[in-house]
Order: sequence, then C-alpha cells, then structure tokens
Amino acid sequence: MQSDILSEIVVLSGKGGTGKTSITASLAVLAGADAVIADCDVDAANMHLLLKPDFGQTFEFYSGELAVINQDLCNQCGTCADVCRFHAIPQDKNQYQINALDCEGCGYCEKVCPTHAITMQERRSGNVYISKTKAGSAMVHARLDIAAENSGKLVAKVKNDAKAIAMAGNKHVIIVDGSPGIGCPVVSSLAGANYVILVTEPTMSGLHDLKRVYAVIKKFRIKAGCIINKYDLNNEKTSEIKNFLKEEQIGHLADIPYDSIFSKAMIEEKTIVEIESPLKHIVEGIWEKVKEQLTRKN
Amino acid sequence: MAVNNPLKIAVASGKGGTGKTLLSTNLAAFLSQEQKTLLVDLDVEEPNDFLFINGAVENVSDQYKMIPSWDEPKCTLCGSCSNTCNFHAVVQLGTFIAVFNELCHSCYACSELCPAQALPMHKHKMGTVTTKSSGNLTFIESRLEVGEEQAVPLINQTHDLVDTYYKAIPIQIFDCPPGTSCPVVAATKNADFVVLVTEPTPFGLNDLRLAVETMQKIQKPVGVVINRWGIGNDEVEKYCDQAQIPILAKIPFDKKIAEYYSNGELVHDKIEHLSTSLHQLITAIQHAV
Repeated sequence: MQSDILSEIVVLSGKGGTGKTSITASLAVLAGADAVIADCDVDAANMHLLLKPDFGQTFEFYSGELAVINQDLCNQCGTCADVCRFHAIPQDKNQYQINALDCEGCGYCEKVCPTHAITMQERRSGNVYISKTKAGSAMVHARLDIAAENSGKLVAKVKNDAKAIAMAGNKHVIIVDGSPGIGCPVVSSLAGANYVILVTEPTMSGLHDLKRVYAVIKKFRIKAGCIINKYDLNNEKTSEIKNFLKEEQIGHLADIPYDSIFSKAMIEEKTIVEIESPLKHIVEGIWEKVKEQLTRKN
Repeated sequence: MAVNNPLKIAVASGKGGTGKTLLSTNLAAFLSQEQKTLLVDLDVEEPNDFLFINGAVENVSDQYKMIPSWDEPKCTLCGSCSNTCNFHAVVQLGTFIAVFNELCHSCYACSELCPAQALPMHKHKMGTVTTKSSGNLTFIESRLEVGEEQAVPLINQTHDLVDTYYKAIPIQIFDCPPGTSCPVVAATKNADFVVLVTEPTPFGLNDLRLAVETMQKIQKPVGVVINRWGIGNDEVEKYCDQAQIPILAKIPFDKKIAEYYSNGELVHDKIEHLSTSLHQLITAIQHAV
C-alpha cells in the first residue's frame, strides 16, 4: 500500500446474514494495527463481539430535535396538532402531548404556536465509542438508542471520527462494516469510500439485493469487488451472480464454501482467520487482492 | 378491539438474514390454505417476498411523497424557507433556492410559511406498491426507489393503503425490515403481535436483545422464533427464559430448507417439521392476543 494514501474500504451486502460482519472482522484482524475499524451497522452492531474493543472512550451523540410543550404556556388552541404532518401531537386528557416516536423534529409546531409554548430540544440518539481492538487497531463504533432516528447521521459521525483517527495516526486503511439495505445508513457509509467489498450468497434474495445495493454504489462511481459466500449452496445461482459481476465489471474476490466454522468461530468470539481451516486461507487471499486493488490506479 | 378487526402479525428481527422472509412467506402461504390471508412486504429497501409468491399482478401503483418546488417568479428571496427547514433540505444560495429532495421530510413548513407562496408542494416518486393475488392469499409488496433514502414515509403510506383497502382480510402478516431503528418501529407499530426471528449465535442473541428492547419501548407483545436451531449454542434460549419471552417455535437447521429458499421456493408443504412449527406458532399467537 502506498504510504501517503489513506484508503477507505466499505463492506456491504444488501441482504443481511450473508456473512458480512464475520468477513469484515477477519479483514480487520489481518490488517492489524495499520487499520482503523468503523462499525457503521449502528442499528445492529455486532463487530465488537469478535474484535473485543475496550470501549476506551464514550461520547454521547445528539442529532435532530424533539418538540417539547410547556403546558403552563399552552392555551390548547390545537394549531400545533393541525400543522403536524406526522400526527405526533395527540390530545390526551385535554392536553396536547408530543409523541416522541412520531416527532420528526421539523419544528413547524414551534413556529406556529401563538403562545410560544413549544421549544425544540436537542435529541440524544446514541453513544459513540473509540476503542482499541484485540488486533491493536483503533475502532470507532456506536450504539444507537432504542428506536432512535437518524442512524444515517450517526454513521457519518462514526466514519468521520475513524477518518480523523486514521489521519492523526498516519494509518493507511479504514475498514467499514456497513448496514444491510440501500437507505440512508448505507448511503452515509459510502460517502468518501475508495473501494466496496460486496458479500453475497447464491440465493434469489441474495442476488436481488446485491443488484439493488450495487445500483446505489454505481451512483457513487466506487470500484467494487464481490465475495460469494456459501457458494456451494446453489451452483446455478452462483453462476448467475458471476454473470452479473462480469456484466457490471465488478471484481470477483473469492468463493467461500458453506462452512459451520462461521458460527463456531463466532461462539468462540473469534474471527475465521484466527482458526486454522481452509477458509482462513481464502480470506487471507481476499485481503491480498483487496490491497492490490487499492494500490492500483483506476 | 372490535370483533372484525384483522389480526396483524409483524415478523421482525434485529439481525438481518435470520429468516424473516422464510417465515413470513411460508406462514402466509400456510395460513392461506384455510383462510383469506394478507402478506405485506415492508422490507422496502430490499423486498424479497415476491420471489416466493406466485400469482397474477393485479395492481401496481407509484407512491409519492410531497416535496416543495421553487416558484422563482413569485419568490422575494426573503430567506424564510432556508431558516424554517430543520433538515437543510431547502437552502438559499445567493439568488437561488435549492431543494434537496432526499433530505426533505415532507413537513410542509417551508411551503405553508412562505409569505410569497413561492414553494408549492408537488409529488415526488419514492416507491411502488404492487399487489398480487393467488387463491386465498393477497400479497402486497412495498418497494423503495433506488436512490431514495427514507424508508419510513413509504412504510407509513403502505400501512394506510392496507387499512383502506384490505381491512376485510382477517389475518395479516407484515414482513419488516431488519434493525432496531425508525423503519422497524414504523413497520411494527400497527401490529397486534410481533414475532422476532433470531438464530442461536452470539450475533443473533445480541440483536435479539436490541429488538426486544425496541418492542418493549413501543409496548408490543413479542414471541421468538429460533431459526437454524442447532447451529450454535443455547444462549438465546437461556435469555428468553430469563426475560420471560415465549419461544414460539424452533426451526432446526436443515440444508434442504436453505436449498429450496435459494431457488425461491416455499417449503411449508415440503418440509414437515416446518409446517409443524408454523402450526405451533400461529396457535401460540392466537392464544396470546
């Protein structure tokens, strides 16, 4: 890897449960102390279970706002409830109340309240942690508060912190575990990335979701490579995926056979490269290929 | 609850890939052998149920959200809209008003508070709802347009559509998105009962805990289905025991199920232990609500 360049790798899958996090954590172990790890699957973060970060520093994360009604000032006119498009201000026991789960924080109610009874308050949406992993790398991870919004913003925060740490420490690579889907957390995790690793499986759902997430990646014009996990589950679907990769000029990084070592390693709180098996060597091969991709000029 | 309200069952999970789609599609098809059943795919970012459900497409409708558009001749460049928008979706750039569609939450504040009425709201396509029907089974898929970032408005709109047109279907299954944040809350909020699908691994357990906390916060009764039972350890069962959450069914790991699934085939009529599990599941839910 060129010493003066910081590369950012994002691992995505579209569909959940394809082995994305197990593979990301394995790459993190192989990268060692030269990497900064970012767990951007803030909705259901799992990488900490394998990388054993020390939760060294904790920061509260605030994002978005919540309307709050001062009942002493409220004259029950109902204007706020009339303008709220989110039905977040029901009348209960003759009082207008904000339903925090429905309030999107637009502030329309605050602006139209004739008695200035409504104020907008900052909303806590989770914790961000800066840790050291068992591989010696720095890791930024987060825990979104239960039923909180704005996971896209929290993803951006985790990524920006990881970048700052990498630059300050002269690190060369940031490895990002993304979330499933194609919505705001995925889009946030793609901003600024140099390379995307796609982890899929040979099922109709796997291929369908891969295509959708790749359509998003394409908009960002980021180079991508794909791993077909459990490739031997359905050979026909595996070749369909390979055809798709060829058509779209997505690199084919590796085929990984179905292996119970994924869950066995997880139970031992290890990554698959910490246990001697053929899979260990496949994942090592993937990491070599990815490093090669990063040094290559487009 | 009024007698003729439908029974709404949401199928959710913290972790992705635990078997929500497998369970939702097979449960719906299983129930439809005996009664009218509705299946709604609310995993709008990555909807997969349609791969398993045959039947003729009856209706496809575009779904819109409302966003402001700048009416330049009317605009006095007073800057009110830019100050009003809490999401930075409407920004005044010199003598130009820029609207960032993907940031807009459709709150209407900029539009209705504009003193010159220079930001009328107009329709913006965010997704598609497709209806299929086969025998007793009606299937609705809600699909987010690629490039759209907000799942919640589409999920909410799909609920409204179901309540307007399909109220008469007595049993309704909602396949929800993975995770624990706003899309899951939106997808499960109308449910009478939430089934959380997990797998017996540390990831499965970690995300199940988060999903349970989310459902407790919105006060939904929950039960757990352990899929791929046997691949991991018994920590999920211990947790459910301790937290007094009913385990509704355990679906043993079966490579046959995975193979059928990979080809987009239903299994409730092919794998006997699965139909037994589905029967247990629905009996337990009906008993619980």
